[in-house]
Amino acid sequence: MIMLPEIGHYVLILAMMFALALAVLPMMGYLQRNAILLSTAKPLTYLMSGLTCASFIILAIAFAQDDFSVLYVSQHSNSLLPIWYKISAVWGGHEGSLLLWITILTLWAALLAFKSETLPNSTGPVVLSVLGIVATGFLAFILFTSSPFLRILPDQPVDGVDLNPLLQDIGLIIHPPMLYMGYVGFSVAFAFAIAALITGNLNASWARWARPWTNVSWAFLTLGIALGSWWAYYELGWGGWWFWDPVENASLMPWLAGTALIHSLAVTEKRGVFKSWTVLLAIFTFSLSLLGTFLVRSGVLTSVHAFASDPTRGVFILALLVIIIGSSLFLYALRASQVKSQVSFGLTGRESWLLINNILLTILTLTVLLGTLYPLIFDAFNLGKISVGAPYFNAVFSPIALLLIVFMGIGPLAKWHNTKGAMLWRLSWLPAVLAIVLASLVFTFHEFDVYMWVSFAIALWLVLMCLRDWLDKVLAARQSLWQRARKLPRHYYGMQLAHIGVAVSLIGVIFVSMNSTETIVRMAPGDRVDVGGYEFEFLGTRHVEGPNYTADTGVINVYQDGQVITQMLPQKRLYQARQQMMTEAALDPGFTRDLYISLGEPLADGAWGVRIYIKSFVRWIWLGGLLMMAGGLLAAWDKRYRRKTGA
Amino acid sequence: MKKLLFFIPFVVFIALGVVFYQQLGKDAEYMPSALVGKQMPEFKLVDMASDTVVSNSAMPNEPYLLNFWATWCPSCSVEHAYLGELAEQGVKIVGVDYKDETPAAKKWLEERGNPYSLVLLDEMGRFGVDMGITGAPETFVVSAEGKVLYRHQGVVDAEVWQTLKEYMQ
Amino acid sequence: MHPVRKKRMITIAVILVVLAAAIGLVMYALSQNINLFYSPTQIAQGEAPQNVTIRAGGMVVDNSVERASDSLDVAFSVTDYQHSVRIEYTGILPDLFREGQGIVAQGKLDERGVLIASEVLAKHDEEYMPPEVTDALEKAQAQ
Repeated sequence: MIMLPEIGHYVLILAMMFALALAVLPMMGYLQRNAILLSTAKPLTYLMSGLTCASFIILAIAFAQDDFSVLYVSQHSNSLLPIWYKISAVWGGHEGSLLLWITILTLWAALLAFKSETLPNSTGPVVLSVLGIVATGFLAFILFTSSPFLRILPDQPVDGVDLNPLLQDIGLIIHPPMLYMGYVGFSVAFAFAIAALITGNLNASWARWARPWTNVSWAFLTLGIALGSWWAYYELGWGGWWFWDPVENASLMPWLAGTALIHSLAVTEKRGVFKSWTVLLAIFTFSLSLLGTFLVRSGVLTSVHAFASDPTRGVFILALLVIIIGSSLFLYALRASQVKSQVSFGLTGRESWLLINNILLTILTLTVLLGTLYPLIFDAFNLGKISVGAPYFNAVFSPIALLLIVFMGIGPLAKWHNTKGAMLWRLSWLPAVLAIVLASLVFTFHEFDVYMWVSFAIALWLVLMCLRDWLDKVLAARQSLWQRARKLPRHYYGMQLAHIGVAVSLIGVIFVSMNSTETIVRMAPGDRVDVGGYEFEFLGTRHVEGPNYTADTGVINVYQDGQVITQMLPQKRLYQARQQMMTEAALDPGFTRDLYISLGEPLADGAWGVRIYIKSFVRWIWLGGLLMMAGGLLAAWDKRYRRKTGA
Repeated sequence: MKKLLFFIPFVVFIALGVVFYQQLGKDAEYMPSALVGKQMPEFKLVDMASDTVVSNSAMPNEPYLLNFWATWCPSCSVEHAYLGELAEQGVKIVGVDYKDETPAAKKWLEERGNPYSLVLLDEMGRFGVDMGITGAPETFVVSAEGKVLYRHQGVVDAEVWQTLKEYMQ
Repeated sequence: MHPVRKKRMITIAVILVVLAAAIGLVMYALSQNINLFYSPTQIAQGEAPQNVTIRAGGMVVDNSVERASDSLDVAFSVTDYQHSVRIEYTGILPDLFREGQGIVAQGKLDERGVLIASEVLAKHDEEYMPPEVTDALEKAQAQ
């Protein structure tokens, strides 16, 4: 038992050996047309994956057993920590989260190997081999710069430092694995794209194979981002749901690029156009996932989420980035220039609408990228240290995103190659009128704001257009509505669900920013304050002992129309091991509004600074995220992907 | 001409890589320490051994190391053995138990040996603030007259000691 | 014009127009919304502009935190150990705000040279793990 961490380390070294073999042997097999070498791809993938998982489990055991002789465990755990936090502490720091990253990568590779029956004989091994290259790089990164299995010997600490209190939370137990499932999942689309470049088979088939994988990764990434936003909302104690922090941007950029990729893969598969663009987008999406990892790990950007920075690691991961992304882009430059589209695309067809989608999403990605990297570039030219604030992102992101959503309403109605303007007009005039009327109606009850009005109308337009399109499809035939509705393919419903999810999130965002009230007050015991139609009475605080913290709990009664509707208990916690203060907000969630209270600091005479928020429709933001995720999964499970495809 | 267009992503990426490389060494939140060359700030802290309050006058009247440590800090257990070796060579080390619980600190010193000629308890971290430390461990070289000569952030080992030694003379 | 070429021209024209609009928007937003960072020394020497949103950071000076008894107004000084600058803020300070803690405040300088902060941010982590430690550990393991 005592040797377990060492075993974990050696298992990881073995995993890297197999990853290296996977990176080299099948690729040689392809180049030399050697069937035996090609056939090594699958077993090597399984070995690499199994060993990496084993080493991950060993680290988890070290955490569960409070083995503080392991440096990483002593830095991120504590004997008082509840068991589920001990397990999630495995990815609470740099080393462990990288191990999680690579574990997920090898799991995706194993799943791909398992499903590779449907691929032509040479493609499968080359794709796996590309994943082997990525895995080798990251396993080497862990082993050379950030092994989680290092020991502190002979003087091991009596107890661990504890997991950062901010991370002791249910949202954060599942957030990183979901996020990584998404980030890393894009490696599959990337591997397909690179394999297509290597083999020269840049026809529509690679797009077809990559589609379900991309959809699933995108769904996970959506969930991961939604969870992160939800966590930040209730855990950081200031009630915001998106901060444009570099770390958040790092997850948003691959999401935006991935969204573009999903749509562009559709065009390439169906029409055989935009081939080289789609390949570039697949590379771009995975590169942004890697870039996110680099930005978070290397400490080149300041962020509230930043991990301790270490220049050696930074150099290593930058080198890795340059090798992987640089060689992909170089390969792309050499091969993609030879591709010719056989079919020309129709200027009024659905492909044009999807092109607009791609242009706008790419621009969105680039604006976020620019805003995130601007401080870095500014500093590199010695122009001073700056920060790009949230106003920049809001000012640039929102109008482009709104424009995108306008087109989202029209796109699905368009037919491939050629769409008649009259048909579009016939379908869309009613939703347009209805959206404007309904939005105006809502604003008769509310202070008028042009920007919000336009945004709201656009959200309604999207929902109505989705509905209109569906009705058009089910009412057209003679069969009963139900039969007809059931006949529509899953990928169609997936798309509709995801699009409606965007509208739901947008409605949430509009109401939160327009209709929320925020009050920061000083409250002494017995004080009452009116906020947005509710009355809050502060009864004082009481002392509470938690498993690894002590806390002051504020007791606040909430009245509506003179009746107590709920009692809310926000906390101010002091985590002993780190002597760190934490604000634990109290929430009263609801479908149309959240009540949100957090304690500030104790002031004189038992009074406290108290923040009270009423957040309109804030749940809708994440509800929309869930719908998008469900849509992505539904589309990936479409029947047509399960058929065997001959080459 | 058209072929060159496909190289644009590659070129842009490499340019970005160069910018990243330049930025790597820099600490994005660098805070300079201006204490070097100045007199050590006044303090009143509890001495662990005697349980009495002591001040600057209790410090050794020869050059010494002022070491901030804590039981919650894994890096401190790494350097602890080496500090023991230094103490055996006759180097005076004053320990400041930084933001720590005293019983745990006593236990730690009993178990692993005590390299310090004097251990000051800075439970609230006030003295740490005055010295401008940003974490633990940190070690200062202080002259016999109480002047701060050098500051080292992180673990003290044989290599770091070579530098510290020069300032001690 | 050949129809394929015409199609291509239209596509490129649309892309260029959208791109130009986006770049314009980005340039405008950037010129409005970037905040330069100044150290207390730079502020003391008058390098920082007044009434423009800037960021300033340093260690919170011990015993400098003053709170109003009847409101959420708070004032404190930050220092880079050469000069210090006074910061005034209304609201709730972050959990990690402490005397001696490194903080960054965003706000505007007034005529008195006091930073009226709209936001105060504190750094998250106290302990750091320099690369030397990792080296030392590897050495310890090798023995």
